[in-house]
Amino acid sequence: MIDVVVADRRTRRTRAGAVTGALALVAFALFILTMMVGSYYVPAWDVITSVFHLRNDPSADFIVRDLRLPMATAGLAVGFALGVSGLLFQKLLGNPLASPDFVGISSGASMFAVSAIILFGAGSTMISASALAGALISAILIYLLAWRDGISGYRFILIGIGLSEFMLSIIGYIVAHAELYEARQAMTWLVGTIGQAGSTELRTLLVALVVLVPAALVLQRPLRVLELGDDTATALGARVELSRLALIAVSIVLIGFATAVAGPIMFVALIAGPIAHRIVGHSGGGIVAAGLVGSIIVLGADLVAHHLVPVALPTGVITGIIGAPYLIWLLATVNREGRGG
Amino acid sequence: MTLLETPTPSREAAPRHRPGAGLAAGLVLLLGVLLVVCFFSITLGSRGVGVPTIWKAFTDFDPGSASETVIREMRVPRTLIGVLAGAALGLSGTILQGVTRNPLADPGIMGINAGAAAFIVFGIMILGVQGVIGYVWLAFAGAGTATVVVYGVASFGREGATPVKLALAGAAVTAVLSSLTSAIVMTNVDALNELRFWQVGSLAGRYMPVLWQTAPFILVGLVIAMLTGRALNGLALGEDLALALGQRLRLTRFVMFATVAVLCGAATAACGPIVFVGLVVPHLARFICGPDYRWILPYALVLTPIVLLVADIVGRVAVSPGELQVGVVLGVFGAPAFIALVRYRNLAEL
Repeated sequence: MIDVVVADRRTRRTRAGAVTGALALVAFALFILTMMVGSYYVPAWDVITSVFHLRNDPSADFIVRDLRLPMATAGLAVGFALGVSGLLFQKLLGNPLASPDFVGISSGASMFAVSAIILFGAGSTMISASALAGALISAILIYLLAWRDGISGYRFILIGIGLSEFMLSIIGYIVAHAELYEARQAMTWLVGTIGQAGSTELRTLLVALVVLVPAALVLQRPLRVLELGDDTATALGARVELSRLALIAVSIVLIGFATAVAGPIMFVALIAGPIAHRIVGHSGGGIVAAGLVGSIIVLGADLVAHHLVPVALPTGVITGIIGAPYLIWLLATVNREGRGG
Repeated sequence: MTLLETPTPSREAAPRHRPGAGLAAGLVLLLGVLLVVCFFSITLGSRGVGVPTIWKAFTDFDPGSASETVIREMRVPRTLIGVLAGAALGLSGTILQGVTRNPLADPGIMGINAGAAAFIVFGIMILGVQGVIGYVWLAFAGAGTATVVVYGVASFGREGATPVKLALAGAAVTAVLSSLTSAIVMTNVDALNELRFWQVGSLAGRYMPVLWQTAPFILVGLVIAMLTGRALNGLALGEDLALALGQRLRLTRFVMFATVAVLCGAATAACGPIVFVGLVVPHLARFICGPDYRWILPYALVLTPIVLLVADIVGRVAVSPGELQVGVVLGVFGAPAFIALVRYRNLAEL
């Protein structure tokens, strides 16, 4: 009997590993493809040799390393951060629809960033710093407001949505009173596109990913106990609030940095987790898989936004258009199973 | 906020019987308040005007006088639009809460306003629709579509449309629509310029023509809405009892949702998307009147315009000589009320 269980667990683990590996390959392929296409075509092999410093070719190096690498890295990192952050939120709040872009965290970041753009005429570093501050402040506000003998996912979501409306009305006011040029800059930022920020922000995000993703993997065990519900988790000895606080913090810092780099790109955080879950199956926390799916979505959307549509659009428009039908489908199926809350 | 902490009687508790005379007197009092607020809405502003000027503007109009022109062309129509749109939003919020039996149903939270707004933008950008009458039809289409999508999607599943599902579905549909809207606006700077003012839900800048185009729809909607009290009372007892009482549930629901779509559509066409007011005021009305919708509806009808006009006046006076759009004022003050509702009420009631 035990043999069967162990064998079953082993097959599932193998499958999870294989699928995650495949996702990593796809993400890498898109990463390379992003650096190949553009006004000047660079063959795949040249891109790879240039990125990994295998060969010196000044012209290819300039195009690949200086012009395209930052964008591609930003897409990869932002997508990864959004995917991980969304997955953590969905698990912590016990609702597949609760992603940070709907429960007020992205709109907090947006409010601060738009204020920085319009009221203070800030440059890109200031905008990113404000976005990060906004994400943290609104998350803390929601957490405190939703606190009543512990956090219920239900109250957290509703209060987040309320706060989100609050932030949106302030954004509306600021944008309506701005000069047209600045309003346009703010609107562009609000849709979200990779490559808005400079290299400093990108480097910060990369450092955050390197530190926080392993941390999230370590914290994954209490996370899985939390899925059984607060009462069961407490009975099993999990320190519910502490683990939850740590994981929420990880998730918020990730979404804060991602928003700082690319603006509030919609839907990636929402859809990456469920897609990863569907592909990988039930074993494992799927954190890495969700991150990879996020990267694939962002890189793919960016390729479409820059090369397949007649006018270059911000990345967020494409993720919005991909996300819309998926979201409706998700709402419908999730609710049919009675998991929607 | 203290008002909201006191739970209203649940269905199981014995309904508080309030003397009808007292409630009627309260209603008359509120009508008086509404008139006073209307008066301030006409007189206050960057150009102060007195009662004699107002009287003269309507009895003996002098086209050369700037003050009289301001009153006839701007202040009075603006106030009337505020009253009508407020009444429309208040009643549609009340009906939505009653028919979905969901205390957090609100045209703003449920994405109905966003639907109307998005359709107007699509219409202007893609179909080249112009003029207020075009906006009104687009707003109806948008409000109707959003109502159907949000409610339909949220009501899958065992427990039907719970507050969280409705709020999430509404937030999601709003997000979808706003991302599509931005895609259109990004390519057109003039459109962006139009949109950014309209989106904050301002009463400014849209006066006489808007009033004439939207008023008939709102008035018809209001009359139908006022007649739904008995049906809402029946629905509040639960589907089975409502059926046993001889209600035709499908028809009732359809009529109510259609009324909500018309009211929200017309109000949004007139003022842009305005959130929270349709959510909070019905709760206030329910707190005053108890659970009888035949009283809640008229109270919401009078209270909401008061709140909307006060918000408009605050926005005008607070940052004079500029102005704070009414949607912004309501968003800023409505959010704390919403959060208080979520925190202090047992959300399963209603």
